[in-house]
Amino acid sequence: MSEYDLMSDFTSPFWAWFIFIITVGGIFWCFYLLLSQSKGDTAASHEEAQPTGHKWDETLEELNTPLPRWWLQMFIATNIFGLVYLVLYPGSAVFGGVLGWTSVGQYENERKAADEKFGAQYVNYLKQDITELAQNKEAIKTGSRLFSTYCTQCHGSDAGGGPGFPNLRDSRWLWGGEPAQIKQTIYSGRMGVMPAWGEVLGDDGVKNVTAYVMSLSGRKTAGDLDAGKEKFQQLCVACHGAEATGNIALGAPDLTDDSWVYGASRRSIEKTIIEGRNGKMPAFGEFLGEGKTHLLSAYVYSLSLE
Amino acid sequence: MQETYNYKVVRQFSIMTVVWGIVGMLVGVIIAAQLAWPALNFDLPWLTYSRLRPLHTNAVIFAFGGSALFATSYYIVQRTCHTKLFAPALAAFTFWGWQLVILLAAVTLPLGFSTAKEYAELEWPIDLLITLVWVSYAIVFFGTIATRKIKHIYVANWFLGAFILTVAILHLGNSAALPVSLTGMKSYSAYAGVQDAMIQWWYGHNAVGFFLTAGFLGMMYYFMPKAAGRPVYSYRLSVVHFWALAFTYIWAGPHHLHYTALPDWTQSLGMIMSLILLAPSWGGMINGIMTLSGAWDKLRTDPILKFLVVSISFYGMSTFEGPMMSIKTVNALSHYTDWTIGHVHSGALGWVAMISIGSMYFLIPRLFGKTEMYSVRLIETHFWISTLGVVLYIASMWISGVMQGLMWRATNTDGTLTYSFIETVTAMHPFYVARTVGGLIFLSGMLLMAYNVWKTVTADDASAVDAIIPEPAH
Repeated sequence: MSEYDLMSDFTSPFWAWFIFIITVGGIFWCFYLLLSQSKGDTAASHEEAQPTGHKWDETLEELNTPLPRWWLQMFIATNIFGLVYLVLYPGSAVFGGVLGWTSVGQYENERKAADEKFGAQYVNYLKQDITELAQNKEAIKTGSRLFSTYCTQCHGSDAGGGPGFPNLRDSRWLWGGEPAQIKQTIYSGRMGVMPAWGEVLGDDGVKNVTAYVMSLSGRKTAGDLDAGKEKFQQLCVACHGAEATGNIALGAPDLTDDSWVYGASRRSIEKTIIEGRNGKMPAFGEFLGEGKTHLLSAYVYSLSLE
Repeated sequence: MQETYNYKVVRQFSIMTVVWGIVGMLVGVIIAAQLAWPALNFDLPWLTYSRLRPLHTNAVIFAFGGSALFATSYYIVQRTCHTKLFAPALAAFTFWGWQLVILLAAVTLPLGFSTAKEYAELEWPIDLLITLVWVSYAIVFFGTIATRKIKHIYVANWFLGAFILTVAILHLGNSAALPVSLTGMKSYSAYAGVQDAMIQWWYGHNAVGFFLTAGFLGMMYYFMPKAAGRPVYSYRLSVVHFWALAFTYIWAGPHHLHYTALPDWTQSLGMIMSLILLAPSWGGMINGIMTLSGAWDKLRTDPILKFLVVSISFYGMSTFEGPMMSIKTVNALSHYTDWTIGHVHSGALGWVAMISIGSMYFLIPRLFGKTEMYSVRLIETHFWISTLGVVLYIASMWISGVMQGLMWRATNTDGTLTYSFIETVTAMHPFYVARTVGGLIFLSGMLLMAYNVWKTVTADDASAVDAIIPEPAH
């Protein structure tokens, strides 16, 4: 195998040469086809063309018009273009082209050029802390654009969240709303796991715990509150706390407020208790780099200041 | 008693061409409307876009286009070989077998059974049935050629033969899979990863090249000279463009996978061959349009010729656009945008549907013992409706696609993207509405056609007579 080794899927160089020979042979065969059919018993022009002498289905005939010249030239030009391209660029597994172009190389060059052009501003932003940046209009503008690209898919264009995805505009924070906590969330991601309690609690248990959880935010629904409270204190306080106000170290939500990540309805709460939940915030640190993560943190922090 | 051609199977497929055309395009209009107004999926799983979209593509390509190809190929091969269809029982089987494939597709796709391979979504038991039908088709077609009463093989049959043979290879190659469940209709592809993607687009692009191009060029080579009453423009050109087209198309698939995990050389090779494909494709356009030279005046009065000529014009336009879109730098803008959808429909509606419609208007009266359709004026109306619908459809998708591509790559002075994804979706909405209207217009033309066909075949003087086989001239 040649040094040009993008053919990792082939186990022998045979196939690389097999395809190369058909490729080049095929292009030359096109030339041959054109030349062979440009000679012979054709008329000088369409005006002088005559039927070839065959007739099908009573009326169908063919004229011996020569190949149109402009068409012939176009065909030859595309063939020559193909051969030149094969010399310049990778077009076969046996030769990578004299220009040394690769798509990976193109991507890396474009990234490098972008980093050179835009990298400095993010490095500069790193010199300011997040609370300071949150007041910097220009920084927030760039931050909001980064948010539109990377965050809106889950948190919404207005950062208002959606079922399973927290609202970033309110003052409630699953993992803490301090600048460092926000940055940690964006940089390393978070996993918010609520275990499934359906089998442990049984139908009545689920009903009672749901009633109790809803009562914490002042809502009433069918169920035995005392029985629910008992189960809650056995099973739920470890994460949600004795006062049910949550725990930012685990991403366990405060159950006494009116903010519900997975929906406030009785059905949603029941579903959460029965089936559990797996909340996942992806880690963006390595992908975006320190500078953009810092700026995004400032933007998200600024939302809670509004 | 004189021998007659076998028109029965031709009649069956012709009528179903109109029926499946309406069904396929109706589903197309529904999914176009769903893209503009997503609530139209009514939260019913079997009405979601993801399930109806393969139903639309399968119905239009294989039910409508397929029926048109079966009908015309059986008609053409008999009449240009001056002999009856070979193995008429097998020919009848291809009709019922193909209709069964379509019905199974119409049931299984909305239920969510899918291999997830584009244009080859049907699961393995249906794939086996397709194989049986297609082998029978090949036996009937090539058997008829082998028993022909005339020495030379007419050009239309070269293209139809290439279409039948290559589609068989494509289907067997791409659908190779390991079945894991019959009742669960589940199989796993024989290929993995980027190789699966490559095989998929080797198939996908050649479904375009051999099903939607070579097959319909065969149709064009018969109905164009027949309707124009003129000889084919150039025998030489047909030889060169046939062989060059057959050789080059097979290589073009990788242009669907530019800037992906496919090795660079494979992508570039796909692009080179796509560009070389321009001239062979245009050979068919030149031979089609120039066949009319000396009879241009007929274009004023004959709406069937209008359908044929405009379809060939769309063919020329699409086969110019295709190679351009295969150029990597152009593709970087066009890929994943609506431009592709516009391109596909200038081929599918402009070329495939319009040549089929024109050919059917020529063919159907002759299958029912009449010289022309019930109403020639309605054909004329249908022509203008179709043209308007196609132009509205393609123009809206071109604008939407180019806008989408430009919005995706637009950057601010700070290096961030100017638009979020949802902003591009919002910007596309008016064009999605326009596209739906374009599709609806085209569909209404098909309803007009159904009426015209109905009145033609049920007319008092209409009868299902088979034409007598004339002695070959040479």
